[in-house]
Amino acid sequence: MTQRLRNVTQVSGRQKPIKSLRILFRLHFPDWRPDCICPRHTHMSSRFKNAEHLIRVALVFVGGLIVFVIIRGMIVPKTFGQYGHYRGDALKDIEARTPLYAGREVCEACHQEVADLKKTGKHRGVGCEACHGPLGKHAQDPPAMVPVRPDSKALCVKCHEANSAKPRGFPQVISKEHAGDLACATCHLQPHKPKIGDDTPPKSAGGASKK
Amino acid sequence: MSSTRREFLTKASEYILLTGAAAAAWEYVVSGKAEAAPNYKTTEHWWAMIIDIEKCIGCGNCVRACSVENDVPEGYFRTWVERYFIADWKSENPVVDSPDGAKEGFPDVQREGKSFFVPKLCNHCADSPCVQVCPVGATFVSPDGVVLVDQSYCVGCRYCIQACPYGCRFLNPETNTAQKCTLCYHRITKGLTTACCEACPTAARQLADLKNPKDPIHEFLKTHSVQVLKPQMATGSKVFYNGLDGSVR
Repeated sequence: MTQRLRNVTQVSGRQKPIKSLRILFRLHFPDWRPDCICPRHTHMSSRFKNAEHLIRVALVFVGGLIVFVIIRGMIVPKTFGQYGHYRGDALKDIEARTPLYAGREVCEACHQEVADLKKTGKHRGVGCEACHGPLGKHAQDPPAMVPVRPDSKALCVKCHEANSAKPRGFPQVISKEHAGDLACATCHLQPHKPKIGDDTPPKSAGGASKK
Repeated sequence: MSSTRREFLTKASEYILLTGAAAAAWEYVVSGKAEAAPNYKTTEHWWAMIIDIEKCIGCGNCVRACSVENDVPEGYFRTWVERYFIADWKSENPVVDSPDGAKEGFPDVQREGKSFFVPKLCNHCADSPCVQVCPVGATFVSPDGVVLVDQSYCVGCRYCIQACPYGCRFLNPETNTAQKCTLCYHRITKGLTTACCEACPTAARQLADLKNPKDPIHEFLKTHSVQVLKPQMATGSKVFYNGLDGSVR
């Protein structure tokens, strides 16, 4: 068994490809005699009969290739493949959008007094724009867009209305039972520091500390 | 150093009205160009998100913020919140609802059993199925780990919408291109957090950079039992849920 296996590997491993190549060559060029020097056997036309057909096909192929490369270069964007199989400039396009939410740091840079007020209250973790909405335009040009003060009756219940799916520890009330028709700000005077007793009424509607 | 009168007045009023720091920060926010954030290198970040189920109150602030920030068409969602209800004797068959993607929160329903909120968004998979099926190379994972769609290259074939195991994509009816959460790529590349994280009142959502060794996510992952959605699909999801119930799909 092992003897047979070894024979097979020898044949397929080394000798077979060379033999088959020689056979193929003989089959296609029966006139080819490398050891013959007579004009009949060394002349080109005898080896490749009607060679101009091949040249014509080759020219058409090369022409097609050039056209393909040119058209491809025109269609495929320059940055395609810069990072991977996609247009590299797509990242820049997506980045170019203007943010509408300014972010807490930008708000607090002007409204320092609110930030100080919130620091010790229950609402210290709540971002400004969570309640006041997107204020990027206000941050860019304060007089151009003056934010509307949120209505406490509609705003507070968005988070604090009781719901059985809310986490147990989260402060929640059934607003009808808790306050009836009163607005939350009637008792909780300072929404930035909502615990009754801790709060002082808000001073003015807006007004950044102008430095 | 020449400047027109108008430019000078604009700059001066900016600095008078805002403090110096705020003006500088804002300038870099509105400029809207990558060059404006010269310190941002895509290779130095690998973005992820932490969602703490134990903190989510289902207020829908994130959904509203996302649709405003990203101009999401009415009736479609890049992020949404689901309410799971599991009756005591049916833990394998949860009842899930999400009225209008929780844009206006949830009406209270008194039921016997376990109930909780699950915010959902694109999982920004590292080995994303949606990227693999795109025939034109319009959707891709950016070098900083965000799955994005090239809006000018998408042909709207909807393959990616079908491929997404989390149902996070939709075809914008106006542009006829696939759209999805970009993890607010236009914000995070400028040093801001995403709109949903900015608007979340309980910090149930937190943007995290896995390549930043100082990011609190590493401590969070170490000290919490964190899960991803559909781990059996090996998508390399980067949205980590804390306190996720086993019934969530």
